[in-house]
Amino acid sequence: MSNADKARAGGYIPRDRGWHPAPFHPPYKTSVKRAPQAALLSFPSTLSEETGPVFGHTMLGPLDNDLILNFAAPGEAAIGPRIIVHGRVRDEAGRGVAGALLEVWQANAGGRYRHKKESYLAALDPNFGGCGRVITDADGRYEFRTVMPGPYPWPNGMNDWRPAHIHFSLFGAGFAQRLITQMYFEGDPLIAHCPIIGSISDPAAVGALVAPLDMARTVPMDARAYKFDITLRGRRQTAFENRPEGL
Amino acid sequence: MVQPLDILKETSSQTAGPYVHIGCTPNITGIHGIYDADLGASMKTGPVKGQEITLTGTVYDGMGAALKDAMVEIWQADAAGIYPSAQDPRGSADPNFTGWGRSAGDMQTGAYRFETVKPGRVPFPDGRMQAPHVTFWIVARGINIGLHTRAYFADEPEANAEDPILTRIEHQSRIPTLLAEPDGSGGYRFDIHLQGPNETVFFDI
Repeated sequence: MSNADKARAGGYIPRDRGWHPAPFHPPYKTSVKRAPQAALLSFPSTLSEETGPVFGHTMLGPLDNDLILNFAAPGEAAIGPRIIVHGRVRDEAGRGVAGALLEVWQANAGGRYRHKKESYLAALDPNFGGCGRVITDADGRYEFRTVMPGPYPWPNGMNDWRPAHIHFSLFGAGFAQRLITQMYFEGDPLIAHCPIIGSISDPAAVGALVAPLDMARTVPMDARAYKFDITLRGRRQTAFENRPEGL
Repeated sequence: MVQPLDILKETSSQTAGPYVHIGCTPNITGIHGIYDADLGASMKTGPVKGQEITLTGTVYDGMGAALKDAMVEIWQADAAGIYPSAQDPRGSADPNFTGWGRSAGDMQTGAYRFETVKPGRVPFPDGRMQAPHVTFWIVARGINIGLHTRAYFADEPEANAEDPILTRIEHQSRIPTLLAEPDGSGGYRFDIHLQGPNETVFFDI
């Protein structure tokens, strides 16, 4: 099988754009003037999309996956309910994605981000920065520790509140897999009211963004656990060589 | 009833929101001490081969206003057309070139900027050569799923004329939206328009 044939056989499975949020979703006002209006150009993935940057475990600092401590003064810790977030990054065929870089960011326990453009009156926590990162192991598993983020109001409608959430940025092996998403928490009543989540039409797709409480991974007298598995795009696989008939 | 296919659905995208820089370029937002440096701030780890260029531009919304809260990432081959990735079967890329850059944009103007090299040509799956190009990925508040596009180079007319992707575009009048223009001082300018008559061609890839 030539390299060209291999590439055709092993390209990325197209994205299901009906499963993803609608780019143009008027209840989320900012999307109105930021959503492309022309049809997207479709083509088979090429080396430009099937390759991607490589991040090694050696770039990580010892506290990169610990948001409770990575911005805290010595001997201090971020305020808020202590949680562990863990899960597995896999592709659409269920294979674990090893070496995937996850970058996470979030508001503090009061719902306040550490950002100069943020004006919510909830207090900053001097011991909470709000970002962390982790790279998946050989099975695609990851884990980090943080505090439960608070919900917060945001300027959209007159009384819109974001449910508690953690932002995730992910790199797989190919740039076609690049993804940014948000994790929500089981039982949060604000999920049903959120105009951003409302851009997703399929309730099953919303459910896949909601992490359940995981008592089996909860550490007694220390931290509750939430499980959040993430699925990145997969590549086609075939055992058949792409060769002319009769050969 | 039939058997289930056992194919998982990709996790849905959600907007990067207004504070993507806290997570991806914290040092730029003033969050220091967690990471030594912001990832993707430099694409060179030493002397690089090929023509060194700057790539700058601005992302505009449908009203022509510059986005000041976007994050732009690029991914490209080295000067010889090889990707610094284990997924590229064609050999080793320039060891001093990462191929990947990330820009938070200027906090006042929104302009992004990359110092990189002009990429070499990379084959299409059928073996035809693609014109030199840089893959772009744009996220921001109000963008519900990251936008893929490419910058080609306006000073490569022969290669562009035979590029398998550019020739696929139905409205050929839109090709200039994918062309980075030489700025006369060794750099290229590539503006991105999310909407409007000059809307950039975005890719379903």
